[in-house]
Amino acid sequence: MAVDKQHLLQFLLRQGDNTLVLGHRVSEWCGHSPILEEDIALANTALDLIGQTQMWLGYAAEVQGEGKSSDDLAFLRDAWDFRNVLLAELPNGDFGRTLLRQFLFDAFQSVLMGRLMKSSDETVAAIAAKASKEVTYHVERSADTVVGLGDGTEESHRRMQEALEYLWPYVGELFESDETDAAMAAAGIAPDPASLREEYDALIGKVLAEATLDIPAATYAHKGGRTGYMHTEHLGHLLTSMQWLQRAYPGCEW
Amino acid sequence: MKNEWPLWEIFIRGQHGMSHRHVGSLHAPDAEMAVKNARDVYTRRNEGVSIWVVEAKHISATAPGDKGPLFEPSESKVYRHPTFFDIPEEVGSM
Repeated sequence: MAVDKQHLLQFLLRQGDNTLVLGHRVSEWCGHSPILEEDIALANTALDLIGQTQMWLGYAAEVQGEGKSSDDLAFLRDAWDFRNVLLAELPNGDFGRTLLRQFLFDAFQSVLMGRLMKSSDETVAAIAAKASKEVTYHVERSADTVVGLGDGTEESHRRMQEALEYLWPYVGELFESDETDAAMAAAGIAPDPASLREEYDALIGKVLAEATLDIPAATYAHKGGRTGYMHTEHLGHLLTSMQWLQRAYPGCEW
Repeated sequence: MKNEWPLWEIFIRGQHGMSHRHVGSLHAPDAEMAVKNARDVYTRRNEGVSIWVVEAKHISATAPGDKGPLFEPSESKVYRHPTFFDIPEEVGSM
Protein backbone atom coordinates (compact mmCIF):
# COMPACT_ATOMS: atom_id res chain seq x y z
CA MET A 1 0.00 0.00 0.00
CA ALA A 2 1.44 3.34 -1.07
CA VAL A 3 1.81 5.78 1.76
CA ASP A 4 1.46 9.54 1.58
CA LYS A 5 4.97 11.00 1.40
CA GLN A 6 4.15 13.87 3.73
CA HIS A 7 2.95 11.48 6.43
CA LEU A 8 6.05 9.33 6.12
CA LEU A 9 8.25 12.44 6.31
CA GLN A 10 6.37 13.63 9.36
CA PHE A 11 6.83 10.24 11.03
CA LEU A 12 10.57 10.20 10.31
CA LEU A 13 11.04 13.74 11.59
CA ARG A 14 9.32 12.76 14.83
CA GLN A 15 11.74 9.87 15.28
CA GLY A 16 14.83 11.85 14.34
CA ASP A 17 13.91 14.99 16.28
CA ASN A 18 13.26 12.96 19.44
CA THR A 19 16.73 11.44 19.36
CA LEU A 20 18.41 14.67 18.19
CA VAL A 21 16.94 16.93 20.85
CA LEU A 22 17.33 14.42 23.67
CA GLY A 23 20.82 13.56 22.45
CA HIS A 24 21.79 17.22 22.64
CA ARG A 25 20.28 17.56 26.10
CA VAL A 26 22.22 14.54 27.37
CA SER A 27 25.42 15.85 25.78
CA GLU A 28 25.10 18.96 27.96
CA TRP A 29 26.26 16.77 30.86
CA CYS A 30 29.59 16.07 29.21
CA GLY A 31 32.27 17.08 31.71
CA HIS A 32 29.71 17.90 34.42
CA SER A 33 28.48 14.52 35.68
CA PRO A 34 28.83 13.66 39.34
CA ILE A 35 31.47 11.00 38.64
CA LEU A 36 33.74 10.05 35.76
CA GLU A 37 32.03 6.72 35.03
CA GLU A 38 28.60 8.35 34.68
CA ASP A 39 30.07 11.13 32.58
CA ILE A 40 31.38 8.65 30.04
CA ALA A 41 28.19 6.60 30.13
CA LEU A 42 26.04 9.66 29.48
CA ALA A 43 28.31 10.81 26.66
CA ASN A 44 27.99 7.32 25.12
CA THR A 45 24.21 7.55 25.34
CA ALA A 46 24.23 11.00 23.75
CA LEU A 47 26.40 9.72 20.91
CA ASP A 48 24.12 6.73 20.36
CA LEU A 49 21.15 9.08 20.11
CA ILE A 50 22.93 11.36 17.66
CA GLY A 51 23.91 8.28 15.62
CA GLN A 52 20.27 7.21 15.47
CA THR A 53 19.38 10.77 14.46
CA GLN A 54 21.67 10.55 11.45
CA MET A 55 19.78 7.49 10.26
CA TRP A 56 16.27 8.86 10.89
CA LEU A 57 16.94 12.34 9.50
CA GLY A 58 19.02 10.91 6.66
CA TYR A 59 16.03 8.87 5.56
CA ALA A 60 13.72 11.84 6.18
CA ALA A 61 15.83 13.99 3.85
CA GLU A 62 15.71 11.26 1.22
CA VAL A 63 11.93 10.98 1.45
CA GLN A 64 11.61 14.76 1.36
CA GLY A 65 13.47 14.74 -1.95
CA GLU A 66 14.66 18.35 -1.88
CA GLY A 67 18.35 17.54 -1.99
CA LYS A 68 18.85 18.30 1.70
CA SER A 69 21.02 16.32 4.13
CA SER A 70 20.39 15.17 7.68
CA ASP A 71 22.66 18.05 8.78
CA ASP A 72 20.43 20.56 6.97
CA LEU A 73 17.41 19.19 8.79
CA ALA A 74 19.18 19.23 12.15
CA PHE A 75 20.83 22.63 11.97
CA LEU A 76 18.77 24.77 9.61
CA ARG A 77 15.21 24.33 10.81
CA ASP A 78 13.59 26.59 13.39
CA ALA A 79 11.71 25.58 16.52
CA TRP A 80 8.27 25.35 14.88
CA ASP A 81 9.56 22.80 12.36
CA PHE A 82 10.75 20.40 15.07
CA ARG A 83 8.58 17.37 15.78
CA ASN A 84 10.11 15.98 18.98
CA VAL A 85 7.95 15.28 22.02
CA LEU A 86 8.15 17.92 24.75
CA LEU A 87 9.72 15.41 27.15
CA ALA A 88 12.91 15.41 25.06
CA GLU A 89 13.45 19.17 25.23
CA LEU A 90 12.86 19.69 28.96
CA PRO A 91 15.89 21.05 30.82
CA ASN A 92 18.14 18.50 32.49
CA GLY A 93 17.54 19.61 36.07
CA ASP A 94 19.63 17.56 38.47
CA PHE A 95 21.29 14.25 37.61
CA GLY A 96 18.30 12.31 38.96
CA ARG A 97 15.80 14.14 36.79
CA THR A 98 18.00 13.64 33.73
CA LEU A 99 18.17 9.90 34.37
CA LEU A 100 14.45 9.65 35.06
CA ARG A 101 13.66 11.51 31.82
CA GLN A 102 16.05 9.14 30.09
CA PHE A 103 14.32 6.11 31.58
CA LEU A 104 10.83 7.34 30.63
CA PHE A 105 12.07 7.87 27.06
CA ASP A 106 14.18 4.70 26.86
CA ALA A 107 11.24 2.59 28.00
CA PHE A 108 9.09 4.07 25.24
CA GLN A 109 11.81 3.54 22.65
CA SER A 110 12.35 -0.04 23.72
CA VAL A 111 8.67 -0.84 23.16
CA LEU A 112 8.51 1.13 19.92
CA MET A 113 11.73 -0.26 18.38
CA GLY A 114 10.49 -3.80 18.97
CA ARG A 115 7.49 -3.01 16.76
CA LEU A 116 9.40 -0.96 14.18
CA MET A 117 11.76 -3.87 13.55
CA LYS A 118 8.77 -5.53 11.89
CA SER A 119 7.93 -2.45 9.82
CA SER A 120 6.75 -2.94 6.23
CA ASP A 121 9.26 -0.22 5.28
CA GLU A 122 12.65 -1.92 4.96
CA THR A 123 14.67 1.16 5.85
CA VAL A 124 12.60 1.82 8.97
CA ALA A 125 12.98 -1.82 9.99
CA ALA A 126 16.76 -1.68 9.45
CA ILE A 127 17.18 1.54 11.47
CA ALA A 128 15.08 0.08 14.29
CA ALA A 129 17.10 -3.15 14.29
CA LYS A 130 20.34 -1.19 14.69
CA ALA A 131 18.89 1.20 17.26
CA SER A 132 17.23 -1.52 19.32
CA LYS A 133 20.55 -2.92 20.58
CA GLU A 134 21.52 0.51 21.86
CA VAL A 135 18.08 1.13 23.29
CA THR A 136 18.10 -2.21 25.14
CA TYR A 137 21.28 -1.16 26.92
CA HIS A 138 20.06 2.39 27.56
CA VAL A 139 16.88 1.26 29.27
CA GLU A 140 18.73 -1.30 31.37
CA ARG A 141 21.17 1.31 32.55
CA SER A 142 18.68 4.12 33.17
CA ALA A 143 16.29 1.73 34.96
CA ASP A 144 19.10 0.60 37.26
CA THR A 145 19.99 4.17 38.13
CA VAL A 146 16.36 5.14 38.71
CA VAL A 147 16.02 2.23 41.15
CA GLY A 148 19.34 3.06 42.80
CA LEU A 149 18.42 6.71 43.36
CA GLY A 150 14.70 6.18 44.05
CA ASP A 151 15.35 3.47 46.61
CA GLY A 152 18.49 5.20 47.85
CA THR A 153 18.95 7.83 50.52
CA GLU A 154 16.23 10.09 51.85
CA GLU A 155 17.53 12.94 49.71
CA SER A 156 17.88 10.94 46.49
CA HIS A 157 14.39 9.50 46.97
CA ARG A 158 12.91 12.97 47.49
CA ARG A 159 14.65 14.33 44.40
CA MET A 160 13.48 11.41 42.26
CA GLN A 161 9.88 11.75 43.43
CA GLU A 162 10.03 15.48 42.62
CA ALA A 163 11.48 14.65 39.21
CA LEU A 164 8.63 12.22 38.55
CA GLU A 165 6.03 14.85 39.51
CA TYR A 166 7.71 17.26 37.09
CA LEU A 167 8.12 14.84 34.19
CA TRP A 168 4.94 12.80 34.44
CA PRO A 169 2.66 15.35 32.67
CA TYR A 170 4.94 14.99 29.62
CA VAL A 171 4.59 11.21 29.31
CA GLY A 172 1.07 11.28 27.84
CA GLU A 173 2.25 12.95 24.63
CA LEU A 174 4.28 9.86 23.73
CA PHE A 175 1.00 8.03 23.10
CA GLU A 176 -0.82 10.73 21.14
CA SER A 177 -2.15 9.70 17.73
CA ASP A 178 -3.15 11.75 14.74
CA GLU A 179 -3.74 11.19 11.04
CA THR A 180 -0.03 10.63 10.41
CA ASP A 181 -0.02 7.79 12.93
CA ALA A 182 -3.18 6.39 11.36
CA ALA A 183 -1.53 6.45 7.93
CA MET A 184 1.62 4.75 9.30
CA ALA A 185 -0.44 2.07 11.03
CA ALA A 186 -2.57 1.45 7.94
CA ALA A 187 0.56 1.00 5.82
CA GLY A 188 2.14 -1.32 8.41
CA ILE A 189 5.10 1.07 8.79
CA ALA A 190 4.63 1.88 12.47
CA PRO A 191 2.19 1.05 15.24
CA ASP A 192 -0.38 3.51 16.53
CA PRO A 193 1.42 4.97 19.59
CA ALA A 194 -1.74 4.64 21.65
CA SER A 195 -1.45 0.86 21.25
CA LEU A 196 1.91 0.85 23.07
CA ARG A 197 0.63 2.32 26.33
CA GLU A 198 -0.24 -0.91 28.08
CA GLU A 199 3.17 -2.48 27.50
CA TYR A 200 4.85 0.78 28.50
CA ASP A 201 2.86 1.13 31.71
CA ALA A 202 3.73 -2.43 32.70
CA LEU A 203 7.44 -1.81 32.07
CA ILE A 204 7.74 1.49 33.92
CA GLY A 205 5.31 0.40 36.63
CA LYS A 206 7.62 -2.43 37.60
CA VAL A 207 10.74 -0.26 37.71
CA LEU A 208 9.15 2.71 39.48
CA ALA A 209 7.67 0.37 42.10
CA GLU A 210 11.10 -1.11 42.69
CA ALA A 211 12.41 2.44 42.95
CA THR A 212 9.74 3.11 45.63
CA LEU A 213 8.42 6.03 43.56
CA ASP A 214 4.71 6.88 43.33
CA ILE A 215 3.27 7.56 39.89
CA PRO A 216 1.27 10.80 40.17
CA ALA A 217 -2.49 10.38 39.97
CA ALA A 218 -3.05 13.43 37.75
CA THR A 219 -3.62 12.53 34.10
CA TYR A 220 -3.18 15.97 32.51
CA ALA A 221 -0.75 15.75 29.58
CA HIS A 222 1.15 18.61 27.97
CA LYS A 223 1.27 18.25 24.21
CA GLY A 224 2.20 20.11 21.05
CA GLY A 225 5.75 18.91 20.46
CA ARG A 226 5.26 16.01 18.07
CA THR A 227 2.71 18.02 16.05
CA GLY A 228 4.86 21.16 16.15
CA TYR A 229 1.82 23.06 17.39
CA MET A 230 3.56 24.50 20.42
CA HIS A 231 6.94 23.60 21.90
CA THR A 232 8.06 24.70 25.34
CA GLU A 233 10.17 27.85 25.60
CA HIS A 234 13.15 25.59 26.27
CA LEU A 235 13.50 24.33 22.69
CA GLY A 236 14.47 27.72 21.25
CA HIS A 237 17.26 28.09 23.79
CA LEU A 238 18.50 24.59 23.03
CA LEU A 239 18.57 25.29 19.29
CA THR A 240 20.37 28.57 19.87
CA SER A 241 23.37 26.71 21.24
CA MET A 242 23.05 23.58 19.08
CA GLN A 243 22.71 25.45 15.78
CA TRP A 244 24.93 28.44 16.54
CA LEU A 245 27.91 27.36 14.45
CA GLN A 246 25.95 26.67 11.27
CA ARG A 247 23.96 29.88 11.72
CA ALA A 248 27.02 32.07 12.27
CA TYR A 249 29.20 30.35 9.66
CA PRO A 250 26.82 28.91 7.05
CA GLY A 251 28.18 25.81 5.34
CA CYS A 252 31.18 25.64 7.66
CA GLU A 253 32.86 22.21 7.64
CA TRP A 254 35.81 20.60 9.38
CA MET B 1 36.14 9.04 51.99
CA LYS B 2 33.15 7.27 53.52
CA ASN B 3 30.86 8.05 50.61
CA GLU B 4 33.20 6.73 47.96
CA TRP B 5 31.94 3.75 45.95
CA PRO B 6 34.13 0.64 46.12
CA LEU B 7 36.90 0.14 43.60
CA TRP B 8 36.59 -2.62 40.98
CA GLU B 9 39.29 -4.15 38.84
CA ILE B 10 38.20 -4.73 35.26
CA PHE B 11 39.18 -7.62 33.02
CA ILE B 12 38.26 -7.70 29.34
CA ARG B 13 38.49 -10.46 26.81
CA GLY B 14 39.30 -8.86 23.48
CA GLN B 15 38.04 -9.69 20.00
CA HIS B 16 40.86 -12.12 19.33
CA GLY B 17 42.14 -12.67 22.84
CA MET B 18 42.10 -16.07 24.43
CA SER B 19 41.88 -14.80 27.99
CA HIS B 20 40.64 -11.86 29.99
CA ARG B 21 43.23 -9.14 30.55
CA HIS B 22 43.35 -6.51 33.23
CA VAL B 23 42.55 -3.16 31.62
CA GLY B 24 42.12 -0.83 34.58
CA SER B 25 39.80 -0.01 37.44
CA LEU B 26 36.74 2.08 38.21
CA HIS B 27 34.23 2.91 40.94
CA ALA B 28 30.72 1.49 41.14
CA PRO B 29 28.13 0.87 43.87
CA ASP B 30 27.71 -2.83 43.07
CA ALA B 31 28.87 -5.58 40.70
CA GLU B 32 26.09 -5.03 38.20
CA MET B 33 26.86 -1.35 37.83
CA ALA B 34 30.56 -2.15 37.71
CA VAL B 35 29.91 -4.30 34.63
CA LYS B 36 27.85 -1.52 33.05
CA ASN B 37 30.46 1.12 33.85
CA ALA B 38 33.18 -1.15 32.48
CA ARG B 39 31.19 -1.53 29.29
CA ASP B 40 30.94 2.25 28.97
CA VAL B 41 34.47 3.12 30.03
CA TYR B 42 36.53 0.29 28.54
CA THR B 43 34.70 -1.10 25.50
CA ARG B 44 33.71 2.08 23.65
CA ARG B 45 36.04 1.31 20.77
CA ASN B 46 34.88 -2.21 20.16
CA GLU B 47 37.57 -3.73 22.37
CA GLY B 48 35.72 -6.53 24.06
CA VAL B 49 33.54 -9.60 23.86
CA SER B 50 33.43 -10.37 27.59
CA ILE B 51 33.88 -8.48 30.85
CA TRP B 52 34.85 -9.66 34.34
CA VAL B 53 34.76 -7.37 37.35
CA VAL B 54 36.34 -8.09 40.71
CA GLU B 55 36.08 -5.87 43.73
CA ALA B 56 39.64 -4.75 44.37
CA LYS B 57 39.58 -5.72 48.04
CA HIS B 58 39.11 -9.36 47.08
CA ILE B 59 42.41 -9.49 45.23
CA SER B 60 45.39 -10.73 47.23
CA ALA B 61 48.71 -9.61 45.87
CA THR B 62 52.40 -10.13 46.39
CA ALA B 63 54.21 -7.34 48.17
CA PRO B 64 56.61 -5.29 46.00
CA GLY B 65 59.27 -5.73 48.71
CA ASP B 66 59.21 -9.51 48.26
CA LYS B 67 60.23 -9.25 44.63
CA GLY B 68 63.75 -10.49 45.27
CA PRO B 69 63.10 -13.76 47.11
CA LEU B 70 59.99 -14.52 45.06
CA PHE B 71 61.15 -13.97 41.53
CA GLU B 72 64.87 -13.61 41.26
CA PRO B 73 65.75 -17.27 41.93
CA SER B 74 64.07 -18.30 38.66
CA GLU B 75 66.10 -15.84 36.61
CA SER B 76 69.06 -18.21 36.37
CA LYS B 77 67.17 -21.40 35.54
CA VAL B 78 67.23 -21.40 31.82
CA TYR B 79 66.56 -25.17 31.69
CA ARG B 80 63.00 -24.50 32.84
CA HIS B 81 62.13 -22.88 29.53
CA PRO B 82 60.81 -25.35 26.97
CA THR B 83 62.89 -23.75 24.23
CA PHE B 84 64.78 -26.96 23.46
CA PHE B 85 61.76 -28.64 21.86
CA ASP B 86 60.09 -28.23 18.49
CA ILE B 87 56.39 -27.67 19.01
CA PRO B 88 54.22 -29.43 16.42
CA GLU B 89 52.01 -27.05 14.49
CA GLU B 90 48.86 -28.97 15.39
CA VAL B 91 49.27 -27.88 18.99
CA GLY B 92 48.30 -24.34 18.05
CA SER B 93 49.06 -21.34 20.19
CA MET B 94 50.67 -21.99 23.57
